Amino acid sequence: MSVAQERATGPAALQRRGRFRPGDAILYVVTCAAALTGVVLLALITHEVLTQAWPAMQKFGLGFLTTQAWGDKGNTLFGAKSFIFGTVVTSLGALLLATPISLAIALFLSELAPRWIRAVVAPLVELLAAIPSVVLGLWGILVLGPFITGTLGPAIHGTLGWVPIFSTKPSVGSNMFAAILILTIMIIPIVSSICRELFVGVPAELKDGALALGATRWEVVRGVVFPYARAGIAAALILGLGRALGEAIAVTQVIGNRVAINTSLFDPGDTLASRIAGQYQGADTALQVASLVYLAVILLVFSLIANLAAQLIVRRVAGRHQV
Amino acid sequence: MSANAPTADLFRSERMRRRRIVNRLVEGAATAAALLAVALLIIVVSSVVRQGWAAINVDFFTKTPAIYTGFGPRPASGISSAIIGTLIIIGIALLMALPVGVLTAIYLNELAPRKLASVLTLAFDVLNGIPAIVLGIFVFIFVVVGHGQAAWKASFALAILMVPMIARSTQEVLALVPSSMREASLALGAAKWRTTLSVVLPQAVGGIVTGATLATARAAGETAPLLFTSALYSDSVSYDPRQPIASIPMFIFTSAEQADPVLHEQAWGAAAVLIGIILIASLIARWFADRSVRRLKGER
Repeated sequence: MSVAQERATGPAALQRRGRFRPGDAILYVVTCAAALTGVVLLALITHEVLTQAWPAMQKFGLGFLTTQAWGDKGNTLFGAKSFIFGTVVTSLGALLLATPISLAIALFLSELAPRWIRAVVAPLVELLAAIPSVVLGLWGILVLGPFITGTLGPAIHGTLGWVPIFSTKPSVGSNMFAAILILTIMIIPIVSSICRELFVGVPAELKDGALALGATRWEVVRGVVFPYARAGIAAALILGLGRALGEAIAVTQVIGNRVAINTSLFDPGDTLASRIAGQYQGADTALQVASLVYLAVILLVFSLIANLAAQLIVRRVAGRHQV
Repeated sequence: MSANAPTADLFRSERMRRRRIVNRLVEGAATAAALLAVALLIIVVSSVVRQGWAAINVDFFTKTPAIYTGFGPRPASGISSAIIGTLIIIGIALLMALPVGVLTAIYLNELAPRKLASVLTLAFDVLNGIPAIVLGIFVFIFVVVGHGQAAWKASFALAILMVPMIARSTQEVLALVPSSMREASLALGAAKWRTTLSVVLPQAVGGIVTGATLATARAAGETAPLLFTSALYSDSVSYDPRQPIASIPMFIFTSAEQADPVLHEQAWGAAAVLIGIILIASLIARWFADRSVRRLKGER
């Protein structure tokens, strides 16, 4: 406590005796103004989006969330139900696929790979994150889509057709399954690179202790590495989920843009972000614009919750490790 | 005899064998997963390069997109307007984001009280997680509605995306600058602002370049912020940021939606160009990062 006090009063007392330096004041004000842009932009985005969505919020209320419609009844009825369904299904599906793969990649890079392989593979995995979503979407339409309709889809439907989520045959390449695969590719590099850093940060003496007790490598991972990095893994997964929720371009290219709730993943659907992106060429009425922004409000709420949760977990973990 | 038995048992026991098999299986799965990720990268990049190659020639870089009416030979077509447009949009975005990002990092690292710094950093982290499409909608509402689209408005949306990235990477290098350098400068009587700008900041230039390049590379590939801000462009070359301008991502996005296979080929070509730009930028960034970190660590 005395150290903190010293830090607070020491230089300040010196400065009071010294002359006033306008340069310091200018630097302080200018940099502080820049640093406030984060808060200001967050507030501004929230305010603007809420204001613009207000007409739709007033007209439809929370019923918007449970209405499945887009421009029905002569362009007067809008609702987000099917888009929320599509968003939840595709991003959770992607997370389900990406989690084991990402953890495995992170384990390979942190525990198994020899140095030179790590030096080659780690940047390659990160390069996967550098592929623009519009290019992934293009690949999704022209390569992945036909592959799903022609080979993968019929195979899965043939063997697992009794499972409701594979109950239809993919008739067109654009479907929720394609969106899930594309989102999986997008979040693998994010989750795996965060997890790799977490695993590398596990203290060697803990791992050595377990090894000395005769544990196999996998037992060390299960008994020491995973529990130690648990909170961080959770944060990484939430960040990945946030990314999947908000991806608009690649999803709108492959999902089929249908206002529908289908059990089978081989049917088309739509997500919040994708529906917004699909309307870029212009909305016909003020109500449609307001409804579109209402979708953005829902998306904003989703992503704010996901990001705040992830950041708070990260901060708590970092705080614990410092002590 | 009995003294040696336990050792032999430990290594041959059924349980140990099972533990080893499980271990092997997991190790194999982890290796396979890493191979899968690399394979995915190779599959995507190779299909872009293979199919984009056919479209890439001199005309592709110098001509504007030509509309084919369906009769006669196809006119030579290219994406020059989109390449120039992307450079302009990204350039303006960098001009907006770089000063804000660097000044933010200076404040957070050098000047701010710790509590305030952590709150402001949280704000940037949350801002970083807002979907690009929401940023696009925000800029649309904020400056496009009633005024029309313009390239600088797209730059504004991209800049919001870039600021947190630039601030974060600048902060990371500023933290590496040894405090003895600051103390030495202050002890010589230099003012805080003088110390910050001419002693601390020059040390961090490498990190700033890295952050700026990575942010630019990421922004160059973003489509969502352009949809509502610079999408209604003409196909001719334009240098005026007050008008909507073509861009490579928008070209890929709109071409992919068409049924015309020639447009698909052009979209692949544009994707190859875009990935090329991003890869080069990433390599430059990595090189700068390695160099500056090595230099800062070496001086300690």
